[in-house]
Amino acid sequence: MNSSLPHVHDQVVVDREQIQELFVTLTRKGYRVVGPTVRDHAIVYDTVTSLADLPIGYTDEQDGGTYRLKKRSDEAMFGYAVGPQSWKKFLFPPVMRLWQARREENGFEVIPESQEIPKLAFIGVRSCELHAISIQDKVFMRADYSDPTYQSRRNNLCIVAVNCGHAGGTCFCTSMKTGPKVISDFDLALTEVLDKNHHYFVVEVGTQLGIELLQTIPYREASHDDAQLAEDIVANTAEHMGRSMDTIDIKDLLYRNMEHSRWDEVATRCLSCSNCTMVCPTCFCTTVEDVTDLTGKQAERWRKWDSCFTMDFSYIYGGSIRTSTKSRYRQWMTHKLASWIDQFGTSGCVGCGRCITWCPVGIDITEEVRAIRESENAPTRAAKEQS
Amino acid sequence: MMQTLESILAEHPFFKGLDPDYLELVTGCASNVRFDAGTYIFREGEEASQFYLIREGKVALEIYAAQHGSITIETIEAGEVLGWSWIFPPYRWHFSGRVFEPTRAIALDGKCLRTKGEVDHDLGYELMKRVAQIMMERLQATRIRLLDMYGDNPGGRL
Amino acid sequence: MTSTLPDPMLPQLYRVQHVRREIPDTFTLELEPKDGGEIPPFATGQFNMLYVFGVGEIPISISGDPAKRRPLVHTTRAVGTVSRTMSELKPDDVIGVRGPFGSHWPIKQAEGKDVVIAAGGIGLAPLRSVMYHVSSQREKYGKTVLLYGARTPADILYRRELENWRAHFDLEVYVTVDRVTDLWRGSVGVVTQLIPRAPFDPKNTIAMVCGPELMMRFTIVELEKRGVALENIYLSMERNMKCAIGMCGHCQYGPNFVCKDGPVFQYSQIQALLAKWEV
Repeated sequence: MNSSLPHVHDQVVVDREQIQELFVTLTRKGYRVVGPTVRDHAIVYDTVTSLADLPIGYTDEQDGGTYRLKKRSDEAMFGYAVGPQSWKKFLFPPVMRLWQARREENGFEVIPESQEIPKLAFIGVRSCELHAISIQDKVFMRADYSDPTYQSRRNNLCIVAVNCGHAGGTCFCTSMKTGPKVISDFDLALTEVLDKNHHYFVVEVGTQLGIELLQTIPYREASHDDAQLAEDIVANTAEHMGRSMDTIDIKDLLYRNMEHSRWDEVATRCLSCSNCTMVCPTCFCTTVEDVTDLTGKQAERWRKWDSCFTMDFSYIYGGSIRTSTKSRYRQWMTHKLASWIDQFGTSGCVGCGRCITWCPVGIDITEEVRAIRESENAPTRAAKEQS
Repeated sequence: MMQTLESILAEHPFFKGLDPDYLELVTGCASNVRFDAGTYIFREGEEASQFYLIREGKVALEIYAAQHGSITIETIEAGEVLGWSWIFPPYRWHFSGRVFEPTRAIALDGKCLRTKGEVDHDLGYELMKRVAQIMMERLQATRIRLLDMYGDNPGGRL
Repeated sequence: MTSTLPDPMLPQLYRVQHVRREIPDTFTLELEPKDGGEIPPFATGQFNMLYVFGVGEIPISISGDPAKRRPLVHTTRAVGTVSRTMSELKPDDVIGVRGPFGSHWPIKQAEGKDVVIAAGGIGLAPLRSVMYHVSSQREKYGKTVLLYGARTPADILYRRELENWRAHFDLEVYVTVDRVTDLWRGSVGVVTQLIPRAPFDPKNTIAMVCGPELMMRFTIVELEKRGVALENIYLSMERNMKCAIGMCGHCQYGPNFVCKDGPVFQYSQIQALLAKWEV
């Protein structure tokens, strides 16, 4: 046991085994602990009860339309990038009942949901994902209207973040300035240090809650070398990004190229399957569904994730506005990279690469931007012929 | 002080920018006219030798369909030009012109202007340009009405 | 731990007082809160989300008088599942209401200026509120012109009110139909043809346009030709809406959420978008 507790912003060193204590403490404090685990040949996010549930010794190989889990030659706990799921499924449930209604003598009554707020603790949140959560905060928690489910879960959220030691094949957080180092909005941030002789974590304390979580965990103060080692690991990750995106002037670049032929080109490949919107940690579109039971006396309104790639996403009486795949792909990409900036003040993209990995035909958002940008920079044919 | 016919014509969009000599000629072919509601200014098939600049009132272009009676195609109102059949063969009215509201207009001797235009092509060009402008505007409006944009099926799309 | 945060997706319950059949397939609902209570004030151009038990929820513009708090008035066409079911509601039936939402017509900016209200078809419904306001605060506005285009004489919405306004000495009302189907001594032509001769000063006018998107685009072309500045033209857009609070993403129009940045837009703001296909 330690005689004194660390302070916010302190860095301490914790042995690998002691991470199990985090699970114990969080459970005791009433949190449902959620973290990465292996299922169906991928790393997903689900309830984890102990250290053993984590994908120990796994890594992933990702590329356009490709995801493979591989065993590592070591026992790293976080030696992989991100999988098909994001933390949004816990703060912003994919399927949720909004309210019920019941026919009465003279009309009907609406019965609101009694919002039991789960206390959630996320273990293993990457920097890109932290940014994605902040981005969704701006969508769901506004001064005029807020989503009560998102807000209550978010306000009770504990975040144990992880600084990436492994850059994914489709990662480009450095281009989007969203990582790999975790900067803020966390309770604890872990950097895994693993070599032949050692396996420990350099832990940065983010909040008072972070201090409380360390109460039962033996630690020593991080030395200058420890801190430097952690920095080096993250710096190394930053050097190995699988993709990159030039974001200079990207909003206006896309706004002035709405009729670019590249959209027609990508439309020949895009299946409008909506995978990208499902795996994207910031996509937030939903639809509502009104249902009744067979008696017609009970009605329910449900909210479900939706995608701008569906044919009737833009339907108004008479027909849909965006009927072509081209218009729907253009809508998704220009929203994500351009209009999002006008709407919320930041890009909608965090460079996690999921849309690239999980697109069945491997459409790469970084490549699409590059193609449009390069066609602008390339000399025109007429100019070429003149010279 | 009452405006002269010449100054009224000079200011009218249809004759704006016309050479003063031609304007004098046109004025010579113009007169003030008045029509009571319910009367016909012209009937479908009649010789079209005049056209009208409507100053006030409302004239309906009508076509007669046996089992339906008279159908109003369009109404021509203040500020608009009524009639272009005077400049195109066979120089006959395509529709009837029925007065809906008491109407004041300036009538122009189209036959006279047309004849002079055949000889003086500069005059002919000026007249044709202006008539084409009216037709273009009317055609655009007609196309929009054909779209049936208030209906559930604009342009006939299913 | 339970949450007590306000839920913007929860409807308030209203009772139908009256259902008025306007023209074929168009009806007006007059609503009062089910358990008494205040109806929230609305600004002209705003809309509510109306919910029919077990069927669904749709956005409908408020078309009543903003100075008269009750009842809550909505006119709409019965063209989809929800609206058709809604048209069959009877007095005393209960309906869910969320709102009011959205941006409003520029009645403040229009003070001291001429006002042109150009409506086509069902587009007269969201503009009726403006007419009520302007005619009741007549001294604040210059020349006031209402231009209305309908498909046929039988499709003229709010006909009696149009005739009443037309009888005012200080309001100009011009109505035209695309085609005639019966005895009609009024104008026959497209609503854009009314613009060149309408009595207003284009240099000092606020124009408010509402109707099918095609109608609005053609109307704006004529207003521009007449010399009305693009910043002085406003229109009301329509897109698919599920939440009306800018969170479901369906109503996006470029970077705009039609439910909260609209439905009323200044033309100069969305001019580039109107010209683009499938945006």
